[in-house]
Amino acid sequence: MARDMSDKEILQMELDQLKIEVSTTRTAVSVNCKETMEWVEAQTEGDPLIKGVSDDKNPYKGDKGGCIIT
Amino acid sequence: MCDQTFLAITFGPCDSCSENRPLMNLYIKTEPINYCSLCMEIMACQGLASGETLKSLKAESETLRKKLEEERKKLHDVELEKVAEKAEALGELNMKTRRTLKGHGNKVLCMDWCKDKRRIVSSSQDGKVIVWDAFTTNKEHAVTMPTTWVMACAYAPSGCAIACGGLDNKCSVYPLSLDKDENLSAKKKSVAMHTNYLSGCTFTNSDMQILTSSGDGTSALWDVESGQLLQSFHGHSADVLTLDLAPSETGNTFVSGGSDKKANVWDLRSGQNVQSFDTHDSDINCVKYYPSGDAFASASDDSTCRLFDLRADREVSIYSKDSIIFGAASVDFSLSGRLLFAGYNDYTINVWDVLKGTRVAILFGHENRVSSLRVSPDGTAFCSGSWDNTLRIWA
Repeated sequence: MARDMSDKEILQMELDQLKIEVSTTRTAVSVNCKETMEWVEAQTEGDPLIKGVSDDKNPYKGDKGGCIIT
Repeated sequence: MCDQTFLAITFGPCDSCSENRPLMNLYIKTEPINYCSLCMEIMACQGLASGETLKSLKAESETLRKKLEEERKKLHDVELEKVAEKAEALGELNMKTRRTLKGHGNKVLCMDWCKDKRRIVSSSQDGKVIVWDAFTTNKEHAVTMPTTWVMACAYAPSGCAIACGGLDNKCSVYPLSLDKDENLSAKKKSVAMHTNYLSGCTFTNSDMQILTSSGDGTSALWDVESGQLLQSFHGHSADVLTLDLAPSETGNTFVSGGSDKKANVWDLRSGQNVQSFDTHDSDINCVKYYPSGDAFASASDDSTCRLFDLRADREVSIYSKDSIIFGAASVDFSLSGRLLFAGYNDYTINVWDVLKGTRVAILFGHENRVSSLRVSPDGTAFCSGSWDNTLRIWA
């Protein structure tokens, strides 16, 4: 659809968009990053890819071969 | 003598560009208009030509863009890396390929996990869509699409259906039945109709609605049952290559990335583009929301991945290295959001520490470019699909 539009229409679209964006509420990076970091640290305990999972709970580990021959 | 001086009765924010300037008080049909001299001229030129000329539009666009840049800069008081210095360093990561899913006859283009954390749907260039059991590596269903290059596939939240599409410009939904002998193609339902290839699709919170993105530059929300278009999203000036829905707790938005190097955040209900980010230097191949919903990451052909914070409305981190010159095709976050996994066209997967901005590991194993990468819903593993016809599960 963007290909069918004339340059003027595309510019008008960008302009309308910019007008909207200029007025969005923004918060400081320091505040956000701190919050994000705190959120991540709280969640890190439950992250199996970081903390690792014991072999009996992990469905993917253990396949370390070993056939039992009876 | 200065010929530009005039007696300014008021000094304050201009109605049009909101900068603090001497204002020229003008009354248009008894409406007071307080514009600065720049905007006054722009308005006058616009009035003269019937409708705006390209030049004036561009000028207005420029001033707004500059203003946006200023506003964003004001809030950029610290770098994420600085804030993250206090964070604990990550331990040694020990990730290996645990399963290799072989069976596709050609490049794997897309994959998705089922909410049961066990099943995976993957689609490939030869038109085959296969549903696998990741634990046992068995193939549970296989569908042959009437098109090649199936670039998008998604699992329904209930686990009872899959959606896929590609060069056929449509998104089709196949209900999965437990009966192995049943021909899945017979139950196919065409939901979305675009005018160019389908690049991405995802179910919203229910099985009833699908969000699609297409090479025709638009994204759209469809009702599965009736096939009706519920909302369409226009704003990209080139192909839309990827989309991701916000995690359910945070609301009704989604982010899309395209060949126009922009990533746009949209409101699902109104169809409005609420935020836009254009700091990438090349096509954005993949976007993914942060688990908390306040940020998103993007992977691009310019070989970098970037993290954009939605509340600060700017890019806060770049994940790149001079030694990485190939484009990144796909990204995903680990469950806590501390790790970012990115699949590249140089056949590797790089694992980045999101907070510190450093690379913590490189994973080798694929024999061709990594085209898609997703972490499982419970975070215990992630799966990568590649142009070497296989999928690998890493844990």
